[in-house]
Amino acid sequence: MSSAPSRVNDFVIKIATVNGTGSASANTLLMRSIFRSGIPVMGKNYFPSNIQGLPTWYEIRISKDGYVARSGKVDIMVAMNAETYARDVRDVAPGGYLIYDSTWPRPALLKRDDVTVLGVPLARLCNENFKGVRTRILMKNICYAGVLAALLDLDVARIRELLAETYAKKPALLESNMQAIQLGYDYAKANFTCPLPLRVEKMDKTGGHIMIDGNTAAALGCVYAGATVAAWYPITPSTSLMDAFKNFADKTRIDPETGRANFAFIQAEDELAAIGMVLGANWNGARSFTATSGPGVSLMSEFLGLAYYAEVPAVLFDVQRVGPSTGMPTRTQQCDLISAAYASHGDTKHICLYPANPEECFYMAVQAFDLAERLQTPVLVMLDLDIGMNDWMCRDLVWDDNYRPDRGKVLGKAELEKIEKFYRYLDKDEDGIPYRTFPGVHPKGAYFTRGSGHTQFGTYTEDSAAYQLVLDRLLRKLATAKRHVPRPVVEGDGKAKAAIVSIGSCDGAVREALDVIATRGVHLDYMRVRGFPFSEEVEKFLADHEMIYVVEQNRDAQFKSLLTLETRVDKTKLRSLLHYSGLPVSSKFIVDGVLGDLLEDRRAASGVVS
Amino acid sequence: MTFIPKPKIAHPSLPRNELGLTRREYEGALSTLCAGCGHDSITAAIIEACWGISMRPENLVKLSGIGCSSKTTAYFVSGGHGFNSVHGRMPSIAMGANAANRDLYYIGISGDGDSLSIGLGQFCHAIRRNVNMLYIIENNGVYGLTKGQFSASADVGTKAKKGEVNQQPPIDPVLLAMNLGAGFVARSFSGDKAQLVPLIQAGLKYPGFALIDVLSPCVTFNDHDGSTKSYAFTREHYEPVVEADFVPFKKEIATAYAAGEAVPVMLHDGSRVVLRKLAEDYDPTDELHAHDYVQQHIAKGEYLTGLLHCRSTQDTEFHSLNRTPDLPLNQLPFERLNPGSKQLGKLMARYR
Repeated sequence: MSSAPSRVNDFVIKIATVNGTGSASANTLLMRSIFRSGIPVMGKNYFPSNIQGLPTWYEIRISKDGYVARSGKVDIMVAMNAETYARDVRDVAPGGYLIYDSTWPRPALLKRDDVTVLGVPLARLCNENFKGVRTRILMKNICYAGVLAALLDLDVARIRELLAETYAKKPALLESNMQAIQLGYDYAKANFTCPLPLRVEKMDKTGGHIMIDGNTAAALGCVYAGATVAAWYPITPSTSLMDAFKNFADKTRIDPETGRANFAFIQAEDELAAIGMVLGANWNGARSFTATSGPGVSLMSEFLGLAYYAEVPAVLFDVQRVGPSTGMPTRTQQCDLISAAYASHGDTKHICLYPANPEECFYMAVQAFDLAERLQTPVLVMLDLDIGMNDWMCRDLVWDDNYRPDRGKVLGKAELEKIEKFYRYLDKDEDGIPYRTFPGVHPKGAYFTRGSGHTQFGTYTEDSAAYQLVLDRLLRKLATAKRHVPRPVVEGDGKAKAAIVSIGSCDGAVREALDVIATRGVHLDYMRVRGFPFSEEVEKFLADHEMIYVVEQNRDAQFKSLLTLETRVDKTKLRSLLHYSGLPVSSKFIVDGVLGDLLEDRRAASGVVS
Repeated sequence: MTFIPKPKIAHPSLPRNELGLTRREYEGALSTLCAGCGHDSITAAIIEACWGISMRPENLVKLSGIGCSSKTTAYFVSGGHGFNSVHGRMPSIAMGANAANRDLYYIGISGDGDSLSIGLGQFCHAIRRNVNMLYIIENNGVYGLTKGQFSASADVGTKAKKGEVNQQPPIDPVLLAMNLGAGFVARSFSGDKAQLVPLIQAGLKYPGFALIDVLSPCVTFNDHDGSTKSYAFTREHYEPVVEADFVPFKKEIATAYAAGEAVPVMLHDGSRVVLRKLAEDYDPTDELHAHDYVQQHIAKGEYLTGLLHCRSTQDTEFHSLNRTPDLPLNQLPFERLNPGSKQLGKLMARYR
């Protein structure tokens, strides 16, 4: 879409600042005030792996149609960082706007004729009105929020209301923030024609919704699932999941009478210990989890193999970040899909869940515990930095008070009294899932858990047949798992011969891309896979389509590889659209990819697209 | 190596403990270790200790890593759950299991390879976290299963079976544990059952991390001349410096101790550990003094044994510090864990 004379509730603002300067508060403030005005909004933070002084960007997309992904273009740039000024200027779409701090002259060389430049002497305004270096820096950022409020016709009352809530206990801060907003607002009103053709207008499309990040939602899911032991080692971008759990647990799990904590929160010495603690606790009958990222999964792999073979439940949240190795810790990718599915040596395979947004993180967190205990195996919930750390607009989270945890096949004291003898790894029900017991319940329930070769009776073995019997039963369990993992989400009438298949946080961009592609007369079906191992429904969808675009966020087509390895699909039908820059995939990337490919096909006159 | 069950036939006249159980009911599978292995003596001491304090078999959780020592958890108390985990990682399993259920007794069996090399980090952090468990290192100075390489506890100058002489200084778990603030630190010898049994009983009952480093000669790879961890060398250089008696709750101290010689340490459940000093200038309740005393003797080539350090204050145990409830976390009813739909509505207000 090119820049139209007037565009309401449909544009992108990008704010370039330096980290550690309080810009996060200003940006959140802007986004939330738009959200509270009933307008769907998306906010994405591109920040450095650093505490203070490096470039950081925040992208706010206002989308009356409720699209939650990056569009791939920038209409208004707030360029607050001299260091990145040149590239920030380049990023603005033709017809767009550039707001900069005019306290200092702008490099004339970077002038663009197709962009409207608005200079605001932010530093000067703040220096004149505030005391102290730190305050002046912080207020400069709040000040541009005031400027934007005037330019976009934002409801200033909403901003005041949000500030009042944030600083309810700090009146001095509230006053200075209010003043900074007003300074920016008044300056813009006095010097520019407000509002701009790009502006916001009150809507009523955010009722029944919240703005929440996936790490917080997943943590809340853990609290609601009844998790009691949380063990972890700090690693970006998963740390805020554990912080949120601690926060919610402090609020809801402290006994009001005794002051005792109905949970244990253990910061481990490393990821190896973190997952070990999770195994120990689950083995002993407490719901326990950890959160980590790719490097942590690498370290946890040995224990994950033990949990797979010894059949110990575990829940692990992998908030994926850019690899390989340390990679770019504060950027997003879906690059652990293979390492998570097959973590550890030997024939191992793990249950994976792929949430697409924070709302799903909440429900899948609960489901992960049920699956881990039902199937007695690790469950890896595959978030990524985009889902985990960015605020997404989601439907309100709801809870069914009738829910009770599925603890799976556990023999209690009464059941153990009745049986002659307990065998840990016997497939009594022929679904591949044996029965387990907890320590301290009954001497008859005692068994020996080991990662070495064992028989179906739980005893040590080096006998080929006895070993294979257990290994083959584990395959039956995985077949059972296919019926338990969340079903794929399938869209479309099933008549299209071509389709998009995707996973996790690609969903928002894919959905928008499908709409755009449809306006060009091309209709594609869509399947979003939500669980591994892949179910029969996934098989069927793949079989029913002749050409399938696989959209994912890594270089090596890991999702496509998993599909070809783990389903019967003819791999010549699959075409990859791979996005791995570290920024969340945009709808434009998918639209361009699909249409470009189809154009080539049309040239080759294949004609498979309906 | 295969699993060998022991026939469970008990003679009717075998002595029974308070639970009415005989020693046979504290046994496990048949050991597959080499004949004469020190580890088997430790297994026997554990059986004796558990029987002696009338431990409910199902209340004992047996944890281990990888190595000869780690196999032994299968050889005692078959009525207790066992978890033979991965190399050097037993402490983290113990931490998680203990967090889930504070009511059970946790015994971790490890070796010098498992604890002082690959698992040194987890060993240290288990001490730092003060997990309520008894941690036994069956220390023989070599890697047995992989045929005789030196471990990190091998002394300078000790000779391997094939003649190689170790030149790297050892890591001593006793000094390390004292350094890290462990409240219960003991050293013993697999051949001294009389000393070992009460130490195990006291260690099991001690409300916090309890370490017993047990010299346990490897008959196959480290029992030759020139080895500082052979039976002969150990018998010559290991010297009891403090004896510990474990006195269960309600039992009166039967033996009379000379004044100034016996130091009783009260445990939470009312039982006591009574320390009897064999060296007059030694105070096992003072950890700084104990550390220096033990280190000075090692420098002279003397290895002191017994309960070398026992702290009388026991308020830093993991559950105390974390203020978890008395009811184990794995037994809390779901209603107390789940905040409910109403609360969810309130929690979401922040995100609007």
